[in-house]
Amino acid sequence: MSEPEKLIPIYIMGRQYMVPPSLTIQRAMEYAGYRLLRGCGCRAGFCGACGTVYRIAGDYRLKIGLACATLVQPNMYLTQIPFFPAERKSYDLEKLAPTAETLFRIYPEVLRCLQCGTCTKSCPQEIDVRAYMAAAMRGDIAAVADKSFDCIMCGLCAARCPAEEVQYNIAILCRRLYGKYIAPPAKHLAERVREIEEGKYNQEIAQLKAMSEEELAEKYNRRDIEPD
Amino acid sequence: MIYTPEMYESLKRVEATRSARLSETFPRMSAQEKEDILRRFHPDFIPEAFATLRVGPNKGGKTPHELAVVLEGRPILSPDFDVGRADIETDVLVIGGGGAGSAAALMAQENGAKVVLVTKLRHGDANTMMAQGGIQAADKENDSPALHYLDVIGGGHYANDPDLVEAMVMDAPQVIRWLESLGCMFDKMSDGTMITIHGGGTCRKRMHAARDYSGAEIMRTLRDEVRNRSQDIFVLEFTAAVELVLDDRGQCVGAVLYNMETEQYLVARAKCTILATGGSGRLHYQGFATTNHYGATGDGLVLAYRAGAHLREIDTMQYHPTGAAFPEQILGFLVTEKVRGLGAQVLNVDGVQFVNPRETRDVESAAIIRECKERGKGVRTPSGFQGVWLDSPMIEIIHGPGTVKRELPAMVRQFIRFGVDITKEPMLVYPTLHYQNGGIKIDPNCATEIPNLYAAGEVSGGIHGRNRLMGNSLLDVCVFGRRAGIAAARRAREVRMGKPTLQHLVEWERQLREAGLEPKVRSPILLPNYVGKL
Repeated sequence: MSEPEKLIPIYIMGRQYMVPPSLTIQRAMEYAGYRLLRGCGCRAGFCGACGTVYRIAGDYRLKIGLACATLVQPNMYLTQIPFFPAERKSYDLEKLAPTAETLFRIYPEVLRCLQCGTCTKSCPQEIDVRAYMAAAMRGDIAAVADKSFDCIMCGLCAARCPAEEVQYNIAILCRRLYGKYIAPPAKHLAERVREIEEGKYNQEIAQLKAMSEEELAEKYNRRDIEPD
Repeated sequence: MIYTPEMYESLKRVEATRSARLSETFPRMSAQEKEDILRRFHPDFIPEAFATLRVGPNKGGKTPHELAVVLEGRPILSPDFDVGRADIETDVLVIGGGGAGSAAALMAQENGAKVVLVTKLRHGDANTMMAQGGIQAADKENDSPALHYLDVIGGGHYANDPDLVEAMVMDAPQVIRWLESLGCMFDKMSDGTMITIHGGGTCRKRMHAARDYSGAEIMRTLRDEVRNRSQDIFVLEFTAAVELVLDDRGQCVGAVLYNMETEQYLVARAKCTILATGGSGRLHYQGFATTNHYGATGDGLVLAYRAGAHLREIDTMQYHPTGAAFPEQILGFLVTEKVRGLGAQVLNVDGVQFVNPRETRDVESAAIIRECKERGKGVRTPSGFQGVWLDSPMIEIIHGPGTVKRELPAMVRQFIRFGVDITKEPMLVYPTLHYQNGGIKIDPNCATEIPNLYAAGEVSGGIHGRNRLMGNSLLDVCVFGRRAGIAAARRAREVRMGKPTLQHLVEWERQLREAGLEPKVRSPILLPNYVGKL
């Protein structure tokens, strides 16, 4: 092992802690003595629990990051935004049409977007949120679905938005409309479901279930494998 | 540019062999070779890592020390805790807010039940959210549920419950259809045909994906739908279950809940209860880093075990072959099997293949451990870890430039945050603790041995035998989550509850005394403790 690291100061909600510089914000908070409850979910960049706002002393600009995926820096002032009271509308997907009208009816504030781009600067996934909001204003649901796909719904965009948009909730509505109505259905899938319901595979499965381990192993080890 | 000079030396050899390797297929192991390498190198076969259980339904059976400690733990509540009052009353109580719990809640609601779903972190903080690679279903013309069955049971070393395997493979296409109808954005061709690829141990290309956010896409869709039905499904976040409540006839009639923030206890009375608490990677078996989410502490196993339910295959854990080994900040994080599914090879320090990249996870992991530990062909990191290369740049050559970014955006993002561009540089990987192969014994309707208690998802056992295949976990949580929800809602119509008690805790304390145990740990532990750790 190498030399112990020289500790650096960070400020968790204003209070100074000395922590090793190789740690992520999340692990630095734990190192400093926090037992996390809010602001900690998957610990690997997929769940959006650990949205964090920070500023480096001497710089007026606010920065954002996921606590699990951002390294600490000297003189970092940070706080977590683990929850934001954002608007979310309920809807019955079965009864919706994948149109601009649907989108504007459920989230009329879409049209209030200023296109200022604060959301894009606030996205720890580096999604161009402004661009998908522009698509939303055009009613282009497919484009919103595609451009927002990597969203982890941390809510930092909504937290920073001067027009009080709920970008991430608008985005998931568009993705679900796209997935259900706009993407072409998989015909082979519907066909296979029908075959199973008709009992086409019952006999073959029953035969496998009746086999001894030796018979199964023989069959398994000799099965042909689809080439790449 | 964060690799060390030694690592760059090794990477030069990887690049030098790449064009020749494009046409090279490393031979698959025979059944005998697989058995041999597992016995010698898989962590499941290290006898010192296992304890013999001294109390409970599995008394005499083996399990890792870390799980034995919580299974044989002391209850948080005293047996005279008052469960006569009910703070919450419902038809179906779902414990756990991941994929299985959410699927169960939706189907219970559709079958007429009022549902309460409790989860100790946020709804969706679960291993389902983190699954990247995909979900299996035999829905292509050259495939069939029977071939899927054969892959599952052979990959599981024939220890699987045939009825559960049948349920999973036969429900699989219907589950994909259900997810499609809920608006999940699966990767498709322009005519709607699902894009499917291989995973380790599959004989047909049946892995469906949503880029490399497959689990996140399924989880956020199910969660969104649960939220749409909030009139019938009441979700309580930051609320854990600390004990099941039984009645004087031995039926499960709910649970004692614990508000993680206010530290208050609540009694939930339910006609049927579904355990969907997930896995236990945060117990860090054998000191392994884990891919699991923060709350994966095996709570459901503890609750069911103490109430008298048998567990099965709790002596085998899954180590995912490709956890990140460098840089240290992402040590143990999941590198999806889809990387190998797209053609990336696994290479040693000399840039040479030593295992076929499509072996089952247990075998692939054992081969990587052998390469590092026995053959000394691993790549060393500055902090003393070892790993092998996963040659992601090959994917760009095989499938064309831009493929990595399109198919693996989460992986690209994960690594670029710490200075590695996986479109140009391979990743250093080593096996990481990933999945609890076994769990609570269930039947195909997810019923446990305790009347009116159901279990679904990673907390249950028997589906995957002694080794789960890639893409069968997202499938499992959907198939059995749905089944549990349907069965519980139907059963709830006829349940007659008796007098609620915690008498089973009196019996538990007696067993502990008789075995001479004085456990210091109170379980379930609910969260790991990383305070003060580096």
